[in-house]
Parts: sequence; C-alpha cells; structure tokens
Amino acid sequence: MNETSLENIKDIPAGEDKPLIHVAPSPHIASTSATTTRMMADVLIALFPIMCMSVYLFKWHAVRQIAVCLGCCMAAEALFAAMRGRRATLADCSAAVTGIILGLSLPASAPWYIGAIASFVAIGIGKVVFGGLGMNIFNPAMVGRAFVMISFANLMGASAYEQPGLGIDAMTGATPLTALKQAGSMVPLNDMFWGLTNGSVGETSALLCLIGGIYLCIRKTACWEIPAGIIISVLVLAGIADLAGPCSGYLVLHHFLGGALLFGAFFIATDPVTSPVTPKGRFVFGVGIGFLVMIIRLFSGYPEGVMFAVLLMNALAPLINRWTIPKTLGED
Amino acid sequence: MGDLLVLMISCILINNILLAQYLGNCPFLGTSKKMETAVGMAMAVIFVLVMAGVITWVLNVYCLKKLGIEYLQTISFILVIAGLVQFVEMFLKKSIPALYAGLGIFLPLITTNCAVMGVCLINIKEEYSFIEALVSSFAYAAGFGLALILFTGIRERVLLARVPKPLQDTSIGLVTAGLISLAFYAFKGMV
Repeated sequence: MNETSLENIKDIPAGEDKPLIHVAPSPHIASTSATTTRMMADVLIALFPIMCMSVYLFKWHAVRQIAVCLGCCMAAEALFAAMRGRRATLADCSAAVTGIILGLSLPASAPWYIGAIASFVAIGIGKVVFGGLGMNIFNPAMVGRAFVMISFANLMGASAYEQPGLGIDAMTGATPLTALKQAGSMVPLNDMFWGLTNGSVGETSALLCLIGGIYLCIRKTACWEIPAGIIISVLVLAGIADLAGPCSGYLVLHHFLGGALLFGAFFIATDPVTSPVTPKGRFVFGVGIGFLVMIIRLFSGYPEGVMFAVLLMNALAPLINRWTIPKTLGED
Repeated sequence: MGDLLVLMISCILINNILLAQYLGNCPFLGTSKKMETAVGMAMAVIFVLVMAGVITWVLNVYCLKKLGIEYLQTISFILVIAGLVQFVEMFLKKSIPALYAGLGIFLPLITTNCAVMGVCLINIKEEYSFIEALVSSFAYAAGFGLALILFTGIRERVLLARVPKPLQDTSIGLVTAGLISLAFYAFKGMV
C-alpha cells in the first residue's frame, strides 16, 4: 500500500499516529478505481467511434441492430434480476456493454427478432443461470450470437451479409473473409483498414477497433496480454499459410485486418470474467484464440471463427488458470 | 496415414462422442466434480474403449459374420464390454485402490456406458477396417476424456458460483455441457 491510500483508512481513530505499515487481512485491494461501472463506461467510450462508423456504413440498420440488442439485454437483465428477487444491476452498465457488443457482432440485415432472441439467451443462459455478473463461464454476448448463428443459419450465415437490395453500398459484395474462402479473391487492404467493407455491423473498421482497443489497454480495463497473444498467433499462422500459397505477404494482413479479429481481440476476448486471471494464463488464452481462429478460418466450413474461438477458449480458461498458478516465493 | 489422421481429428473434435453425438452423458455428469476422478475416468474409458472396440470388431468379423448371426451383435457386445469392465475393476481394486474408490459406482457403470457401446457399433456401421476401428476407438475415447476434463475444469468453478437454487448441480451441468457443445460447432465441416 502506498502513502495516498493510507489516508483513506477508516479504522484508525482520528488524532492517533498512523502506523508505518498498514496490517490488515486480505484482500489487499491496491486499485480502488477498477470498479465494474468504471470499466464498463470505458468500454462504452471505446465502442463509441465504432458505433458511429457502423451507423455511417449501415445507416439505420446498424441503429436498429444496436438498439434492439441494447434494449433487450437491459430488459432481460431487469427481468431475470426480478425473477431471482435481486436488485437489478443495470447501473453498472455490464448488460449495456453485452447488448452493444452483441448488436455490433450481428449482420446488418438480420431481422429484429434475431437480436432479441440473442439478447435474452446472452443474459439468461450466458450469465444469469451461472449466478450473474462475475460468475459466467462463457462470454454472454458470444453465447447469444452462437445460439442464433446455429438456430438461424440462413439469416446469420454468409448470405445474410450480401443484401444488395437494402440500398447500402457496403452490402453489395461478400464480406472479405467469405470472398477469400469461396472465391479466393481479396478485398483491398485499404478498405479493410478504414472499414469500408462488408461485415458484421461493428467489425469492419480495423483502425477504430485498434484505437478503441489501445485506449482500453492504456486504461487497464482490458489487459494487453490477450490481444497481443491473439495477434501474434494469427500473424504467425497466417504467415505460414501465406508462405504455403502464392500470396506474398498479402494474406497475413488480410487475416489481420479482416473479419472480427481486432474487434474480438480487444473487446470480446478481454472480458475479465471469462478469461484467465494470471498474466501468463492470459497470454496463453490469447494465443489459443488466435490459433483456433486461424484453424477455423482455414479448415472449417465457417469463413470466420472469432466467436467460436472465444467460446472454446472460455471453456478452457478454468484449466489454464489451474496450470498457470504462480509459485509463491521459495516454493519449488 | 493421412486418412487415419483425418479420422482421428474427426472422432476427437468434429464427431466428439459427448459433445456432438451426446452419448455417455451419465459418467460425464457423474465424475466431473473432481479433477482426479475425471482423469481416472478418462483413462478408464480410453482403456476399456480401445479393448472393447478391437475385441468387438474381431468378434463381429470373424465370428458373427462368418456364422451369419449378426442379429446377436448387441447382446454379444454387451457381454464383451461387461467382461472387460469387470476385469478393469478387479485390476484397479488390486493395484490402485485410491482411484478405485474415487471412481466408485461409475466404473461398473462403464458396462452400460452408451459411449462404449455406441463406438463399438459405429465401428461396425461405418465398416471400418481393423486399423481404422482401433484408431477410431482410441480417438473417440480421447475425445471423451478431453471433453470430460474440460468440463471438470468448468464445473469446479461453477461449484463456487451463486447458481440459482433450481438450477444447481446437475441442471447447471447440463446447461454448461450444452454451451460447450455449442462451441464445438466450430469444427463442423472441417473434414
């Protein structure tokens, strides 16, 4: 404990000398600023430019998607809290963050009930049945998305992204990763960097995901080990795939900038509840996600694998925790 | 060799006996509360399943098919598996009493473990060769072990969570298993 935090100790009567060393039972909370509300507010700030971009790109479809998910997640949180006879915890913004991340991860053309069902599944089965915030094993937003992805394959799959009839320029072509998987063609890297491509509502702009993500890392709301692990392993594996094919460095950047990789790396995988607790474990977690993303992108039937990779590594997180318990000083 | 590798990956991940075919759920829920028990169960299943897969394959090809009595498949396989489990049980009781005590009722339950029986029947139905049957039996069992150990890690954490009363224990276990199964959809269409 440092000097400033000593000022705040309440159990010392006024007028008495403060002890040189403050002795108290654990937990010794060093950073009192890391509250749920502050962290969630940070995430909302970081997501704001991405939301603006999505509205610019997908017009009112993005607004609808985000609004439906936000509203339904808050409603689900309030409903389930009432069912459990607890105070609704809407003020900590965690349900809002789940809703916005979920909304940003859906295709713009998905009908409203997709977002609504996904939200209720996310909050209900993803979070509340495990005991609420802090107890969930899987990332709630990704549970909701995976549920609708399996249940409404034609409304969530590759064809949902190509809707020229909606009058939105971005949605006339395939998403970069689908184009790569099915036709072998590549979208210009510039467009993928700025975010002028097709894709899920909030995943298109690599630049804004990077800016938001770096803000979260600087604020220590998100730990840097997870995104670093993901990016390193994706670059290495995409590099190997690149060397195996005639793409000369293009494929690496395509996989790095394309799809939900950066959005997932900074906003989804870094959920502190569903990721391991030790720095080493977090890095392993990140590397595992990157590895699975590339395996799914290269070998499975899906063009994109961030959602499944995060869910699979969420399942592995308790085991990673178990394997990476730091040794106490002097322990063999 | 490549084919066998593909078969192995498909049996472990894509057609995982627990998470994609939903067989063998009772030991999955029953032995997943403690890591030692789960590891023991995984090992026991790998041992029993490889033996059972091989023996039932030989039995089917060289005895049942030769004599034209394939309709006795189910009952003869049950007999073989039950005998094997009894053997494993005696072996464990003698040599590793701690594990024997830990597995408790679940070792005899391997006798009626639908995963074991299921894999033996899949081997016959898919008309695998001997080597393929051997590899698939091992891979399915390894997939069972993988899923069980993954699940145990999660379950040990869920035990500490404030799960709503009506959902405690087995119910939350089934919900968790369903969600892992959802995540395993990732591997669909891989081979």
